[in-house]
Amino acid sequence: MVAVLAASAVATVPFVPAAAAQQQGKVLRVALTTGIDHLNPFTAQLAASTQVGRFNYEFLTLPSAEDTQPTGGIAESWKTSDDKLTWTFAIRQGMKWSDGKPITAQDPAYTFQRMLDDENARTANGSYVTNFASVSAPDDKTLVIKTKAPQSSMTSLDVPIVPKHIWEPIKDLNAPSTDEMAVVGVGSGPYLLTEYKKNEFVKFKANKDYWRGAPKVDELQLLQFKDAEAAVNALKQGEVDVINRLTPTQFDALKGEKNITTNKAPGRRYNELIINFGVKNVLDQPIGDGNPILKDLRVRKAIAQAVDTNTIVEKVMNGYGQAGTGVVPAIYKAYTWTPSDAEKTKFDIAAANATLDQAGYAKGADGIRVAPGGAKLEFRLAGHANRPFDQRVAQFVTGWLKDAGIGVKQELVSDDELDDRTTAGNYDLAISGYGTSPDPDYALSLNTCAGRPNAEGNGGSSATFFCDPRYEDLYKKQLTEFDPAKRAELVKQAQAVLAGEYVDVVLDYDNVLEAYRSDKFSSFTKQPQPDGAILEQSGYWGVYGATPADAAAAGSEESGNTGLWIGIGAVVLVVLVGGGVLLGRRGKSAEDRE
Amino acid sequence: MTEALSSLDQSSALVDPDERRGGTGTARFVLSKIGGALASLALVVVLGFFLFRTLPGDPVRFMVRDRPTDPKMMAELRAQMGVDKPLLQQFWDYVVGLLQGDMGVSYLQRRPVFDMIGERLWPTILLVGSATVLAVALGLWLGIRAGWRRGSGFDKAQTGIALTLWSVPQFWLGLMLLVATDGLFPSRGMHSPDVAPGFFSEGLDVLHHLVLPCVTLLVVFYAQYMLVMRSSLIGEMNSDYLTTARAKGLRDDLVRKRHAVPNALLPTVTLVFMQFGMVVSGAVSVEAVFSWPGLGQLLYEALRGPDLPVLQGVFVTLAGAVVLMNLLAELLYRVLDPRVRTA
Repeated sequence: MVAVLAASAVATVPFVPAAAAQQQGKVLRVALTTGIDHLNPFTAQLAASTQVGRFNYEFLTLPSAEDTQPTGGIAESWKTSDDKLTWTFAIRQGMKWSDGKPITAQDPAYTFQRMLDDENARTANGSYVTNFASVSAPDDKTLVIKTKAPQSSMTSLDVPIVPKHIWEPIKDLNAPSTDEMAVVGVGSGPYLLTEYKKNEFVKFKANKDYWRGAPKVDELQLLQFKDAEAAVNALKQGEVDVINRLTPTQFDALKGEKNITTNKAPGRRYNELIINFGVKNVLDQPIGDGNPILKDLRVRKAIAQAVDTNTIVEKVMNGYGQAGTGVVPAIYKAYTWTPSDAEKTKFDIAAANATLDQAGYAKGADGIRVAPGGAKLEFRLAGHANRPFDQRVAQFVTGWLKDAGIGVKQELVSDDELDDRTTAGNYDLAISGYGTSPDPDYALSLNTCAGRPNAEGNGGSSATFFCDPRYEDLYKKQLTEFDPAKRAELVKQAQAVLAGEYVDVVLDYDNVLEAYRSDKFSSFTKQPQPDGAILEQSGYWGVYGATPADAAAAGSEESGNTGLWIGIGAVVLVVLVGGGVLLGRRGKSAEDRE
Repeated sequence: MTEALSSLDQSSALVDPDERRGGTGTARFVLSKIGGALASLALVVVLGFFLFRTLPGDPVRFMVRDRPTDPKMMAELRAQMGVDKPLLQQFWDYVVGLLQGDMGVSYLQRRPVFDMIGERLWPTILLVGSATVLAVALGLWLGIRAGWRRGSGFDKAQTGIALTLWSVPQFWLGLMLLVATDGLFPSRGMHSPDVAPGFFSEGLDVLHHLVLPCVTLLVVFYAQYMLVMRSSLIGEMNSDYLTTARAKGLRDDLVRKRHAVPNALLPTVTLVFMQFGMVVSGAVSVEAVFSWPGLGQLLYEALRGPDLPVLQGVFVTLAGAVVLMNLLAELLYRVLDPRVRTA
């Protein structure tokens, strides 16, 4: 009896909170498939956490939505001195922190100074300030930054600016309290943090006082998913509104779905085949066990001629990529290198064979060429064992090179093993890739002499171990060239030099694959326009520009269902428990009767 | 499973003669078991440290992967994390820290591992605990029924279903349930962001989130309880005492309930305890599918790194749970089975 009463009590209540929980305004729910480590913008390193910082805080300047060129944020305008070492930023007037205090030049000055003074403050974005000589705010409207050497990335410092009055009293930036709303709840971006449930979700409300104007969406939620398939399922069922990082298969499957719009955009990543040309460390000492035949430029050229990047895009990427040229992906149009006919390495197996014939590598009986010394042209090809891209590329490359008389031994290994091998120079050919930023400096810096590892094999950030005086010269010049057109020209020339040495073959630029609920949202601001990405931009444009579709009733029926099912679940549970109790009682009475 | 059970049999066979005298024997038994458990724990700590050191890869490079970082900063990070010290020194620091409840700092999240495990422990205990309770109840109930009517259609059907479900991959089953229930249950996490504050509504919200992962675990885990219960009941069925009970004229279901089941229950009860530690680690894939914020998910994230301090911490915690549960099982077995006490 008691059980039955309890059952009815539990069953009637669930409908009330479910109905009360229904959201009044418009909510944008984004599926996150990467984790959040911190909300503290000084220590937040994972992609999703830096995104949180981007929504919550305004930047000094940031890449524009249109073409990723620098545009104003907290700084309204900026100028550099003639020696390019002093930057003066004019701070926008009338902006406020969400607690009502005005935003002044003291805030960015404090943010950067803290990064210079406090090791922990450099955790996330330290690389932007390593070249800073000094930061000062002579008055509330002016910020002055002096650099040790010219730094062209000064107009796209990807550093969230925090309120000085909140952060100054905090001595330990690693303290857990820096992730709490009392601290991170004071922001200046388009969306303000309101709730954080660790490992589950982050909630924001629209910043009504945002200087660009309040967002059209009232609430933003980032919901964490560990499983990409579960996230796709959640999009189909309307539990989330936007999702990114889709695989080509998932993307294709979502294409025909009702109420879902897919978005294919150029991405910031490039994939490459690196060739061990006899790599050296930063002291110019040879390292690794690369095949010495690859020191011959003609062999490397033949390999490049034998790789068909278009086929890789079509067959491996299912068409979701662009064939590669230089190390700056096509999304950054201004800096992308388009080779002239003379510079271009066309896919041509016959030409590859001719190149090797001329170089004196004759084919042996088994079809594999032999070097004059008697060594076979047989190379190891390393790649990520767990990445389908690498598996497929390895197959294709093996086939093409075989046609050119070059043997390939595939060695697909774990990520860390591959990392170890490439860093130590223990490879002949390897499949690699990097994500780049809007400023071309990073993509270029991956191939400078200084990026090579030191004598102990540590500290390397080089993608190819490239070290070439012509490239170094162009790299330094572009860094100090502040005329955009001239700088772009230098950036392209540097890529041409790199490509001409055939130390790598840029295979393709990955597309960004995203999808959203078109019944809930009609559009997002893409970067770059008109056909860039919605999420994971350099900035906050995508969610800031989210425009709700005119469907007022969407979602209400679902909420009712939820309540109903909780109710049914509770009833079932209570019946089970109640049934157990009854069974137990029956057992007892039987015993009594005995 | 069978190994675990046979080791129990051995321990019961090796009972010290002193123990017949009661008091001191029991104390000695308990102390020796606790001593054994502590030795196992020490081994776990050593293994947990050196096992993961054999993984290739530089943690600092892993941390800064895909981001522009200069060598000076990387050296700074190495010093901060202590990975520039000799291995034995690192081990010593680790053990000393562990004794003080300090499991190190996560490479990836830069937070104390102890805190990270702490906040993940309760969701896992809730999920695994409720799934285990239900799986035990369902497994015992079906196992008793199937075993008592061995060879019947019910027995064959139940055994077949149990064996099939036992071999289904958990993550696949979880995904299928997600698709099949078509949005009736939330597909991620433990809380919805839109729930009204309040103890009751939040509790129901958690329950609502719990349904699918719990059912997935339940479906896979009830099978072993059912099969063990069934086989141990069958083992008891030809015993003389049952014939005696029947000869007394007791009704069939009373013979089953009062005589056969209590005896057949022993191996199952110990199995429940011994399995509990395993189940926690078995929740890895289910927690990943449903984004349940538990230990399994933490392990899954840490493995992708690899985030060594977190891996070590979770390894020690999980192995510690197994050791503790084994200890409890052994002690409990002694309490439950008079034969072990007085043999």
